[in-house]
Amino acid sequence: MSETVKDTIKMVDIYIMGKRYTVPETLTIMDAMEYAGYQLKRGCGCRAGFCGACATVYRIAGDYELKVGLACQTKVEEGMYLAQIPFFPARKATYELEEIRPSVAHFAQLYPEVFRCLGCNSCTKVCPQDIDVMQYIAYLQRGDFARAADISFDCLMCGLCVSRCPVNIVHYNAALVARRLYSRYIAKPDAFLAERAKAIEACELDAEIDELVKADKEKLQELYNNREIEK
Amino acid sequence: MAYTPQLKELMKKVEETRASRVGEEYPRMSPEERREVLQKFHPDYIEDGFREIKVGIDKGIRMTNEMADVFESYSRLRGVEIDFKAEPDYDVDVLIIGGGGAGASAALKAHEAGANVLLTTKLRFGDANTMMAQGGIQAADKENDTPAIHYLDVVGGGRLENIPELARALVMDAPLVIKWLEDLGTMFDKNEGGTMITSHGGGTSRKRMHAARDYTGAEIMRTLRDEVYNKGINVVEFSPAVEILLDQQGRAGGAVLYNLETEQYLMARAKTVIIATGGSGRLHYRGFPTSNHYGATADGLIIGYRAGAKTIYTDSIQYHPTGGAFPPQLLGLLVTEKTRGLGAQPLNINGEQFVYHLETRDVESSAIIRECEERSLGVPLPTGITAVWLDSPLIEKIHGEGTIERQLPAMLRQFQRFDVDIRKVPMLIYPTLHYQNGGLLIDDQAHTSVENLYVAGEAAGGIHGTNRLMGNSLLDILVFGRRAGMGAAAKSKEISAPEGLNLDHVASYHRELEEAEAADDRVGPILLPHYTHR
Repeated sequence: MSETVKDTIKMVDIYIMGKRYTVPETLTIMDAMEYAGYQLKRGCGCRAGFCGACATVYRIAGDYELKVGLACQTKVEEGMYLAQIPFFPARKATYELEEIRPSVAHFAQLYPEVFRCLGCNSCTKVCPQDIDVMQYIAYLQRGDFARAADISFDCLMCGLCVSRCPVNIVHYNAALVARRLYSRYIAKPDAFLAERAKAIEACELDAEIDELVKADKEKLQELYNNREIEK
Repeated sequence: MAYTPQLKELMKKVEETRASRVGEEYPRMSPEERREVLQKFHPDYIEDGFREIKVGIDKGIRMTNEMADVFESYSRLRGVEIDFKAEPDYDVDVLIIGGGGAGASAALKAHEAGANVLLTTKLRFGDANTMMAQGGIQAADKENDTPAIHYLDVVGGGRLENIPELARALVMDAPLVIKWLEDLGTMFDKNEGGTMITSHGGGTSRKRMHAARDYTGAEIMRTLRDEVYNKGINVVEFSPAVEILLDQQGRAGGAVLYNLETEQYLMARAKTVIIATGGSGRLHYRGFPTSNHYGATADGLIIGYRAGAKTIYTDSIQYHPTGGAFPPQLLGLLVTEKTRGLGAQPLNINGEQFVYHLETRDVESSAIIRECEERSLGVPLPTGITAVWLDSPLIEKIHGEGTIERQLPAMLRQFQRFDVDIRKVPMLIYPTLHYQNGGLLIDDQAHTSVENLYVAGEAAGGIHGTNRLMGNSLLDILVFGRRAGMGAAAKSKEISAPEGLNLDHVASYHRELEEAEAADDRVGPILLPHYTHR
């Protein structure tokens, strides 16, 4: 950050695990923790909103509501009291994908708690990705794996939904099974892909590639410069 | 921080020219023009950013100063007593260091081959650049495409400096990898009939980019991770390897791990070892911001190098042309190449396109740097840097409204979080440090110059020459992860558990450092970047 910015930037007071720190208001929660002096070990991953490592719970002074966000994707605010959730001991069912099918019966054996959903909607309200979590739980109960896969797709598995569920559903792991079941058994396999894989394994494409592997740089450059490009 | 009034004023130029740019094909550079822009503006060609290192098997090799600082460093184990006679804390067939896509695929293949596997990783399993790869994965699995055509794109894009056997392995395994992922239930974008929907990336001559919306890497990573857990493979998190252990014959036989929380050192004995620790963007070469994961600090490079593994192209770094430049919270964030794949054009302060939007990454980046530096036609930002526009609203003009929400949901969400709606306003971008083209040298079975030591993923070098194409890194980590896993498992069956493990190679590396007066007091690997108190 350049000096000109520093001079004009507003500072805010935040509270990390109860201690007060004064930080520039342009920072994300993650940057603010580092600005305050933390070297992060847990609770920090991709720093770009893809990995779900930095789920954070916070409250603004004077407000009763508990809010959540990803530390790398949420800006600090004046009077923010915050703590990260570095680890959540959620259950994951293990299974052999080849031995199960997209059926309610199979699914219920893996995640029976899904059927205990009370409909409180806490999971949806807490999701930093704005996924309609309770809706995909409803799809899972009905065995609609295609819809569950579709609307759960942007899940980062940060675990905030699990932390708020009164009946201990592990939403993100249940959704992952749904996506794998959908992709393996409901979406059709790519027919030409299978054909191509067989041809490679049978060494049918070796001759063409080996000619290029042996070619000198001059020849390759010429082929490259004149290659046909699909529109 | 949404766009300032000044930026909104400048944005009008982009809006004025937009209609005339729809369907307008900006000319691609000739080979001569490409060479010129690279030599004048690509950071790889700027001499004072580099030095030759004074120690180790490749003494005299050129690398960026920041990487050289890591290579010319003392072990974290200097002054630490390791009891080699004690029972090792872990005793396995195959030790995999790193929990990204390469490590996970190696673990699955080694386990499948019957090996007892330990996967150890610095942060959480899956905290890796794999998780962040948005745009896609290449494979020649269409009727108008073949691995040979893919090969030509790979080596042409790589400035013909690729190791031919490695590039061959990459393109030939590609359809096998996609099939493997499909069978594992990875949710690729497909049409109703099951055919993969594919598109172009920078430097591709066929539409062979497979995607899972713009969470391609995340979708692959969570599928592989789920499968590793399903198979009951032992995974240890928050425990980076800090040194490779060798036996008396100089063969790899395990590693010393460091428990980040208890700060204890642990011994892992293994018949074969796979380094899959990824890249090094968090070393911030030449002060560039990076799109890389928090843990990308070149750990595997230095511990592999101290153990005697040879390197290749350590001076070749990829700057991704489209890193976020504004709002400041998004500095360095990767704006997926798919954005340009869908038609978004880079524009200067006058709203004019200055480079074809799908040149290879090195050329595109250099052209953006030229526009801002030599031509002074960049957009000045309130944060003191300059950038260029990337006209994302053009995508909706070309492909129809709703395209961005459907095809780029992650991008849309990330900018929206900071009050920028990329459907309506163009993005501001500048090249970001993205990828380490070089690394430890491997053969086509992912084996290094040290016996029983394998490398897979970004830590390996030579596959992409000195410039990697989009969609070939997700491919590379899986191709060589699988090969390393299979090779390491097969080898572990032929040999017995290593005896006489030691760190003599580290002691002799230290002696070299002292003789060359090269290390000051630096210690490596650094494991975590230092961002405190800036």
